Order: sequence, then C-alpha cells, then structure tokens
Amino acid sequence: MTPRRKMPAISAGFISVVIVGIVLLLGLPYLTDTFGLLQMTVFAAMAIFALSQGFVWGFGGILCFGQSAFLGLGGYAYAVAALNMGDTTWPVILSVIVPMLFAALLGYFMFYGRISDAYIGVITLTVTIILFNLINSTSGDIYHIGAAPLGGFNGIPSVPALNIPGHPDDQLDPQGLWYAAMGALILCYVILRMILASRFGRVVVAIRENETRAQLLGYDPRMFKLLTFVIGAGVAGLAGCVYTNWGAFISPTVFNLTMSAQVIIYVLIGGLGTLVGPILGAVGIQYLIILAGGQHVIDPNLLLGVVLVAFVLLVPQGLVPVVRNVFLRFRPIRREVPVMTPEPPLSGHAEPGQ
Amino acid sequence: MDLTGLLAFNVLVGVGTLALITVGLGVIYGMMKIINLAHGEFMMLGAYATYVSTSAGLNIWIAMLVVAPLFVGLVGLVIERTIIRFLYGRMIDTMLATWGLSLGLIGLTTSIFGNDPRGVSTPLHSFAIGRFDASLYGIVIIVVAVAALVGLFAMLRGTRFGLIVRATMQNPNMAAALGVAPPMIYMATFALGAALAGLAGGVLVPISGVSPVMGAAFIAKAFITVLGGGAAIVTGTALASTLFGIINELVSFKSTPVIGEVALLLAAVVMIRVLPQGITGRFLKRSL
Repeated sequence: MTPRRKMPAISAGFISVVIVGIVLLLGLPYLTDTFGLLQMTVFAAMAIFALSQGFVWGFGGILCFGQSAFLGLGGYAYAVAALNMGDTTWPVILSVIVPMLFAALLGYFMFYGRISDAYIGVITLTVTIILFNLINSTSGDIYHIGAAPLGGFNGIPSVPALNIPGHPDDQLDPQGLWYAAMGALILCYVILRMILASRFGRVVVAIRENETRAQLLGYDPRMFKLLTFVIGAGVAGLAGCVYTNWGAFISPTVFNLTMSAQVIIYVLIGGLGTLVGPILGAVGIQYLIILAGGQHVIDPNLLLGVVLVAFVLLVPQGLVPVVRNVFLRFRPIRREVPVMTPEPPLSGHAEPGQ
Repeated sequence: MDLTGLLAFNVLVGVGTLALITVGLGVIYGMMKIINLAHGEFMMLGAYATYVSTSAGLNIWIAMLVVAPLFVGLVGLVIERTIIRFLYGRMIDTMLATWGLSLGLIGLTTSIFGNDPRGVSTPLHSFAIGRFDASLYGIVIIVVAVAALVGLFAMLRGTRFGLIVRATMQNPNMAAALGVAPPMIYMATFALGAALAGLAGGVLVPISGVSPVMGAAFIAKAFITVLGGGAAIVTGTALASTLFGIINELVSFKSTPVIGEVALLLAAVVMIRVLPQGITGRFLKRSL
C-alpha cells in the first residue's frame, strides 16, 4: 500500500477506455451493416443509461429504482420538442434539462426529508410507475403538447431524427446516428470521470463511504446527494434522447419496470463503483436479451429475474471488480490502488456512534 | 344526497382495497425490515390461484379466501428458505433479490399462462344507493380488509405466537437467548405476509382481472401506504390507507383514476418530507 493515494484524473484505465471507444466509434461502420449498426446504437443508448445509474448508485450510494423515469422524461422531452421545433438542437438540450429539473424537485423532497436509502428506492420506483400510468392514459386527441400528440400507450411515432445543428433538413442517417450515440457515450464517460476526479466527486464518494463523517467535516450530504441525483438524471435523459432517435419512436414502455430493472442489472453485473462495468453490463445483458428474444423459449423477464437473483446471492460486487481483483493479485510489484474502487469496510473496526 | 352516499361508499371501498393490498407488505416490512418488491407478484399468484381453482370448479369463496392465501403462503415459505434467508441484514440486497424474484415470477407466469388477461365473474350483484347502483362486492372487500387488520391485531396482541413474534422483532438475540429460534419466526412471518398478499390478490380478482403484469398496478400504492404508515403495522396501515384512500377516491371522482393515483403520490411525497418516519413514526409510537 502506498501511503498517499493519488486520484489522477487521467489514468491508464481511463485512457484505454476512451481509445477503445474512439476505435469503435470510427471502426464499427466498416465492420457491420446498417442493421448491426442500429443494434449497436441501441446498445450505446443503454450504455449511457447504465452510466447514469452507475454514477448515482455506485458512486453516490443512492439506489434509484426508477432511473427509467429520467430516461423516459428525456425521451419524451426530445420527441415533443422535436415535433414542435423542427431543428433538434434545443430538443437535445431539453432532453437533458427536463429530467434534471424533475430530479431536482423529487430529490429535494427525498434528500431534504432525510429518508433512508431503501425509501429512496421505493419512492423512485413508484414515481416511475405513476409516470407510466400517466403517460399511458393520454390516448386521444385532447392530449397533446403543441403539435405533438402524446398518443397514450401507442406512443409518439415518427419523431424527427437528429439533424446538424441549425440545418433542420440535414437529418442524420443510421451511420451518423451511430457516431452521435457513441460520441455521446464517450462524452458522458469522460464527463462523469472528470466529475469524479474533481473535489466534488471526492466528496460524493466520501458521503457514500460514511455520511456522518462527511457531515462532521462540514459537507452537507443532502446537497451533494441532490446534485449527484440531478447529474445522473441528466445523463439518463440524454440516453432517452438517443433511444428515441434510434427507433424514431417513444412509448410509455420506457417507464416500465423492466426498463428500471434492466439498468439495475447492468450496474450490478458490471460492478458497483466503476464506470466501465455498467457499460459492459449493458452491452452484455442487451445481447443476452436479444438472444433470448430470438429463440422464444425463455421469457426475457424470467431470464432477467434469474440473473438478478443469482448475482445478488453469488457475485454481489459485480464482474469488473472481481476480475480486477484477480488481476491485481497476480501483479507482483507497484500495486497501484485502483482509482475508483470502493474500499470494503474494515471488519472488526467499529466506529463509535455507528 | 344520493351522490354523497355513493361517494362515501366508494371512499370506504377504496380505503378497504388499499388496506388489503398493503397489509401483507406491511407485515414483512414492519417485522423483518424487508422491502418485498415481489409483493405485487405475490398478489398476482393469489389471483392466478383463485382463477385456476374456480376454473376447475371450486367454489369461488373457498378459492379466494382459502386456496389463494394458502398457496401463496406456501410459495413465500419456499422463497424465504431458498433466497431471503441468505440476505438478512442486507436491506438493499434483499430489495434487489425480491425485485429479481418479481421479474422471475412475471416471466414464469407468462410462460405458463400466456400474456392475455383473464377474468373471474363477480359473485354478487349490485344494490341501490338512492338513484345509483353500487356493487355489493365492495362490501366484501371492506369486510375482508377489516377482518385481516383486526385478525392480525388480535394475533399479535393476544396469542403466544404474537408475543414471540413481537419479541423477535424487537431483539432477535435476546429472543434467541430465551429459547426462541428467530429463523423460524422470520420464516413464519414471511409466509404470513405472503399469505396476506395472496388473500388480497384472490379477493381483488373479480374487480381487477388476472394477468402476469397485474402486480405493477398495485405495488406503487401499496409501497406508498406502507411508507406513509410507518413502523406500526396495523395502526400504520389503517391510518395511511384511510388518508390516502380518501385522497385517491375524491380526486379520482373529480377527474380520472390516474390523476387520483398521482394525487396519492404527491400527498405521500409531501408527507415524507414532513414525517420521514411515517405517521406512526411520530404519533402512536407504541401502537402495533
């Protein structure tokens, strides 16, 4: 153990992830056809969504069971704004801002009410269910925002695709959409990583580790948790924007429980307290769902449920930390402390007042 | 006047329904501090148990009042033994595991029964409140809800089992030192909560229908009510269902059921800000 732990913003792991990302961004269109590229675009959307959950849960210690509320709000905000405005620059910005505002409002009541972690899970879950019911009941011509009908359970079809900013007629083709989606994923990863390396990020992690201690040091956990929650909501909203673009369509299913469950599973499987883990988890589980959906033998819900229970019981840390620990064990010298690994609580080291 | 009568009756039925769908969740949460995210699916299993046994020719009252709770209680027992007991003391992990369970149960029922919703016809007819017709079945819901709450109260207060359960709840180590086996009590409590969920599912079949995803319709309301109620199971459930039931029914009457549900959520979120421990966390602390 080195006595002083550095938390460098730019580490070898970070650089390699970004390089792999850029290689995929540029190389994939040459390797697959349009269908494969579209498939990869939805993987990227889900990976951004997973990043948001990984940030809020893995680093902020806030278990949000309803992250899909922000995905859906982002998606709907984009769809409604794009149908009304034509040019998609503002709709993209709105798809980030609307979920953030909603998260700020909800988070204020939750964090400033000082409710416990489990209650936060339950409240966010119910909010998602209620948003689902609310949007689901908007079929009929009277429910519209400007030029955009909400469409109830049928959703909003033919949402305009992203265009070059300022040129509403230059809509992106599937390849352009892939660049946008993968670019957004890399951007989100870099931004979140920078946030975590900053002073703010360290306080967030400190609060996750020991809220009382952080509070005694003079930080207000409520505010930091609220900000973490809001940032996560913005990232999830962007994921919703990409997701809507992928199908040119959005429906209330974005709010349903399976969506919230999936993102929890991505993070749990990939690894809590990492950013790469959720991305890999998202890609892996999406692939598994496609496999399961293709063969019509196992119900996808059953598969997700079994995977979730098995991981909670058997591998609660997730795959990336487990693999990394194995890797670190076989590295003889210069044991660098992994940048973002949560420290396991020292057993038998009781803190007074805990 | 007639309208007021009908509205009052509907509010009572709403409160009864809320109490009924919440009480099983409250038992498991209040005693074991486990948030059972599979509660809605336990109700769904109760509904399917009722549907299957009435389809097989069983009397509907026996199906919903006996078969459904017994079957789901048994399922709960198995689940406690195979999954939950490894996770005691890890609240978040239990939530995740029960959520996985809920998805698994939805997937399993879909594989067996398919996606299409089914129904069981209402065994009773309607009666007149002045100019309006109200369903006599609403009275059954109220009666079952009151019976469940009163029965639970009587069991916890009056029986030796209730005494042991309350002791284990307060201090499992002390109870163990006095010769009680906490694992057995936890197992029984989880099964009891599951059975109550099954009862709720069975009783609500005639008005809600049966489908694999029906659990989601109840779970939000049930959670909000449990949180609003706070630590005391019986008092908390009764108070919170009364409060939220009235809000929900009145707003639903003025607008739509969905808006009613939104009003219920808003009321709950605001209340959580004021009373983070729920109603019985601040008031009536010594109650059950």
